[in-house]
Amino acid sequence: MVMFDLKQIRREFPILKEGTYLDSAATAQKPKIVIDALKNFYETENANVHRGMHTLSEKATAAFEGARTSVQKFINAKSSEEIVFTSGTTESINLVAKTWGKENVGEDDAIVLTLLEHHSNITPWIQLKDENDCAIEWVELDKDENINLTQLSEHLIKGNVKLVAVTGQSNVTGVRTPLKGIIKKAHEAGALVLVDAAQLIAHHPIDVQDLDCDFLALSGHKLYGPTGVGVLYGKRELLESMPPFLTGGGMIAEVKRDHFTCAGLPTKFEAGTPPIAQAVGLRIAIDWLSQFNWSDIEAHEQSLIEKAFQELNKIEGLTILGPSDPKNISGCISFSVDGIHPHDLTDIVGQKGVFMRAGHHCAQPLHEHYGIPASTRLSVGIYNNEDDIAKVAPAIEEAKKIFS
Amino acid sequence: MDLYAENILDHFKNPRNKGEIVNPTVEHEEVNLSCGDKLTIQLSIENDVIKEIQWNGTGCAISIGATSILSEELEGKSVEEISELSMDDVKKLLGVPISQRRLKCAMLCLHTIKNTLHAIKNEAPQSWSETIGQNDEHNEK
Repeated sequence: MVMFDLKQIRREFPILKEGTYLDSAATAQKPKIVIDALKNFYETENANVHRGMHTLSEKATAAFEGARTSVQKFINAKSSEEIVFTSGTTESINLVAKTWGKENVGEDDAIVLTLLEHHSNITPWIQLKDENDCAIEWVELDKDENINLTQLSEHLIKGNVKLVAVTGQSNVTGVRTPLKGIIKKAHEAGALVLVDAAQLIAHHPIDVQDLDCDFLALSGHKLYGPTGVGVLYGKRELLESMPPFLTGGGMIAEVKRDHFTCAGLPTKFEAGTPPIAQAVGLRIAIDWLSQFNWSDIEAHEQSLIEKAFQELNKIEGLTILGPSDPKNISGCISFSVDGIHPHDLTDIVGQKGVFMRAGHHCAQPLHEHYGIPASTRLSVGIYNNEDDIAKVAPAIEEAKKIFS
Repeated sequence: MDLYAENILDHFKNPRNKGEIVNPTVEHEEVNLSCGDKLTIQLSIENDVIKEIQWNGTGCAISIGATSILSEELEGKSVEEISELSMDDVKKLLGVPISQRRLKCAMLCLHTIKNTLHAIKNEAPQSWSETIGQNDEHNEK
């Protein structure tokens, strides 16, 4: 472990000189060591993985499988065979819906979703509903803007819920769901749980064995790693029972003219050439992040969120979506300003060098709940500092002047 | 020049031709799903000439400002003239550089008027990529 030295951390992210980056919930910036790792891999180790009878293929395979072990340790999976590399959270969730879901969720069954979900944890389940005729039950929010656990219990007690698909941390309001309790409740009712950890993964330690979740999906690029690589964690017996998702090269044991058999885990779910360099980059990102204490990271990011909340709250006509206590917000804050469309606001603030995001953030049901089509979102990463946050409110005030 | 020029802001704050025609010849709504913007255009047409235009909608300053500015141009024009209206014409009317990220905001009015005319002629609506001349169905992450 190293000391949490913010100045040193910021020096490791070359892109920060381009502007005040407050859009890490969309994608995090990459430390130079990750960028260098990609270049180094392509210059010294690149080959396709598995079965290449030459030294470069051996190096590439070792690097790729090493990355798998890094991910396994990072989320404390029992075995590296439970770690499937995908293109990202979206593919990971689609994989579960279109294999496990297709085979196990029938017309009398239900999938439970929460209002905090990102579209990538909604639409694969709507597709499943359309194909298998199952029900989708929604869990709304409680007075603390977290998911309504009473309503969750009401759904579960019916006894037909096959899966609860829930985010670990909202990409709009920054609310963290009580995962452990949700998973325990779901299991008692015979339902499995898929955790969308796309947001949570960069802000809080995850231990899949302690959580006892059945599936967990994450993206490398939100974890200071490259785009194009993500992970699906699944309990071994589940992954073993599931049919393959995409088929083709790499994932087979044997192919005949009229049938084929699948390779073992995790290769069964990795058809085609996998994102090799990206997985290697992700490993370096995980190693880089793991040199810090999680308690230091969380304390730092929480202080930024609380400062941002206080500054935003002072702005007349600005409404923060979600919790009224910043202690219940992690990673990002979304808000609207009376009389200014979020696209105008975010564009004007962006012209002043403060980069945030405008839109529905792929969470239309949640925006519908708040009665607005879109919002502006401020999100933080490990590299943000108080100066970054201090630039936001004055930039918004300037934008307000344009519209006054 | 600034995107939020005096002219555009003036039209946003005091939109022209915003309202309703009681018995329009045609009425058409378009949305920009990625922003949640909505625009309805109503036309009253006599002898192939736009006698009156009214519109209603919600959106950002660029989409509302552009709609208001365009609406002033359309009155008195023939259906034929409007059919030939191009993206460049709208850009000229706005008089400020439009960045790629705001193109759909600025062209919602053009897209809606084009499809209003298609509706009159019972033609299939045109796609966004036909309106802005490229594959630009940007979505959000």
